Amino acid sequence: MNGTKPKKVYFYGTCLVDLFFPDAGMAGIQLLRRAGVEVVFPDGQTCCGQPAFNCGYFEEARDVARTQVALFPEDLPVILPSGSCAGMMKVHYPELFHGQPDEAKVRAFSARVYELTQFLVDVLDVKLKDLGEPVKVTWHSSCHAVRDLGLKGEPQALIGQLANVELAPLAREYECCGFGGTFSVRHPEVSGAMVADKIADATATGASVVLSTDGGCLMNVNGALEAKRSGLKVQHIAEFLWERTRAR
Amino acid sequence: MHAENEIHFRDAAAKALQDPQLRANFRRAMDGLITKRKAQFPDPRDLQDLRDLSTAIRSRSLLCLPELLEQLEASCTKNGIKVHWAETCEQANELILGLLEARGAKTMVKGKSMVSEEMHLNAFLEKHGIEALESDLGEYIIQLDGETPSHIIMPAIHKNKDQIARQFSQKIKDAKYTEDVDELTAMARKVLREKFLRADAGLSGVNFAVAETGTLCLVENEGNGRMSTHVPPIHIAVMGLEKVVARLEDVAPLYSILTRSATGQAVSTYFNLITGPRGADEKDGPQEVHLVILDNGRSRIYADPQLRATLRCIRCGACMNHCPVYTRVGGHAYEAIYPGPIGKILTPQMEGVGVRHDLIHGSSLCGACGEVCPVEIPIPEILVRLRREATHEDLGSKVAGKGTGRTATEDWAWRLWAGVIKRPGLYRLATWFATRFGKALPANAPLIKNWTQSRTKPVPARRSLSERMRAEGVPHE
Repeated sequence: MNGTKPKKVYFYGTCLVDLFFPDAGMAGIQLLRRAGVEVVFPDGQTCCGQPAFNCGYFEEARDVARTQVALFPEDLPVILPSGSCAGMMKVHYPELFHGQPDEAKVRAFSARVYELTQFLVDVLDVKLKDLGEPVKVTWHSSCHAVRDLGLKGEPQALIGQLANVELAPLAREYECCGFGGTFSVRHPEVSGAMVADKIADATATGASVVLSTDGGCLMNVNGALEAKRSGLKVQHIAEFLWERTRAR
Repeated sequence: MHAENEIHFRDAAAKALQDPQLRANFRRAMDGLITKRKAQFPDPRDLQDLRDLSTAIRSRSLLCLPELLEQLEASCTKNGIKVHWAETCEQANELILGLLEARGAKTMVKGKSMVSEEMHLNAFLEKHGIEALESDLGEYIIQLDGETPSHIIMPAIHKNKDQIARQFSQKIKDAKYTEDVDELTAMARKVLREKFLRADAGLSGVNFAVAETGTLCLVENEGNGRMSTHVPPIHIAVMGLEKVVARLEDVAPLYSILTRSATGQAVSTYFNLITGPRGADEKDGPQEVHLVILDNGRSRIYADPQLRATLRCIRCGACMNHCPVYTRVGGHAYEAIYPGPIGKILTPQMEGVGVRHDLIHGSSLCGACGEVCPVEIPIPEILVRLRREATHEDLGSKVAGKGTGRTATEDWAWRLWAGVIKRPGLYRLATWFATRFGKALPANAPLIKNWTQSRTKPVPARRSLSERMRAEGVPHE
């Protein structure tokens, strides 16, 4: 952004954060605001359309995507607390609208999309001051955040800024947790085996919290941990960062 | 309507997951292969450069595939290699049987060839009284047990050393029980040496066929490929029609990225460049070389601009080595010739997207396969395309079985979903209900009960983010 930091951004909550992790959404907005950015949260947000897109129901996905794009008319960055949904809007919307009359409009929108930690690090260059107790955490990198969106260690960089936080790397960090949207209910046995291995790897790190940037992964890993009555908790990175750095 | 005789990957996968030995064998083997590959590509930029080059070579080859195939035939003919064309596996089998019967051949040794697996050639020849013996160690191991390959490069990877030790002691005549790998290899070697010397014919696959020079390239590690193609009086090579490249110089980068991606080797132990039968002044080599070029659905795949990328594949197996699904269920659960991610896009295109609908959905779309593919086949994107083809018959494509995976239930589910999601008022109502009554939803409701097989039921927050935003506004602190 040529060194000039934007003064105003849109926030897109995503359906999973909206319904299951609203605190993470709130925390994401707070982190942006503290960095000196005005946050606009347009009403009428629902879902990016990824579930239908991934299943090949493009017409349905496009119908939904159009209503969402229309909520963000101004030329402002659109920030999402999710790598997967950001990947959908940034990378897959242009594919989905290829050859459609509104392709140019959608492409212009897609170019403005960022995942939260990406925006905090790459655009805002935020500096965090840790006010929390010493804690050991592990990081689950969501597949879509890394492989679709192309996150390059921004979340880990933010965690690394926190003096009292030890980041214990997860064995096979880049392996999928088994969520995969409808995959988790269409192929519950394989999906279940994948998440069982993921929580075993997470437990082996000795961390007390598993952090991630994606609601889907968090819901999946959390559900598996709860079913095993594990003491290990999951938390969205936005919430973790905000809780540890907010003035009390 | 579900496609008749739909093959359910879910059931086979669930069964495989119950076998702890199988899972341990695959996990250990795949972790090893991932590590070895990684060591071959220490510099990500070098890797990307080589991927770009390899992708370009394969794409360019496909772009002029018809011309290159004609050129290959001409060059091969000049070299004394007789070229045969087969549209179907049945035709290819009959062709090979004809060649063998005309020469009174009763035994054939085989180097590793996935195309011959595709043709079910061994079973076909045995039905006609011809013994087809696999000479690749892995292929030999599974042939002893009447199994099919569980991996395209390492066909017996589902077995560990102890299992092979037991098997050899039972199946090989006069074999003593040993768990020593060298002794086991020596045992197989002894059997195979005899066969090489006496076989009436040899068969191999082809890794790359060079149009310009009429050269058949064969990558292998055991020397069995060289034996199969040089000792018997007749050598028959079989290849899918996509394997051609334009020039000899195209081979070097592809060979390099193939061995490094597949087994983490900088080079393979053997690399054969076959340019024809024994010359008048030569002392060894086969008297005849035949090349069978098989279509089996490939030209239909070729005709589709997006799906054509499937044919770039150089059969390294890196996609399966890195696949979190394959690693856990192994190759046999796919009930297909080609397992893993490449099989997930290739099999439905060959057999029909309806019969393989469940397989197309057996992926979390994590993208690990596309990330490591040496020729950058966008496997997740193609999976999504095939999911779309499976449920939509009117897209104007030529995809086999298009639309036959469509069900009224799924159609209505997505229509209903979109109907709610695109109307903020309805969505607001739905989330209001979910936040108030989501807890009360029974854990054994349809779909939820699949989720709760290994997880607790997800419980919505008491108030959604949007609801809080409407009530409180963007927070000010």
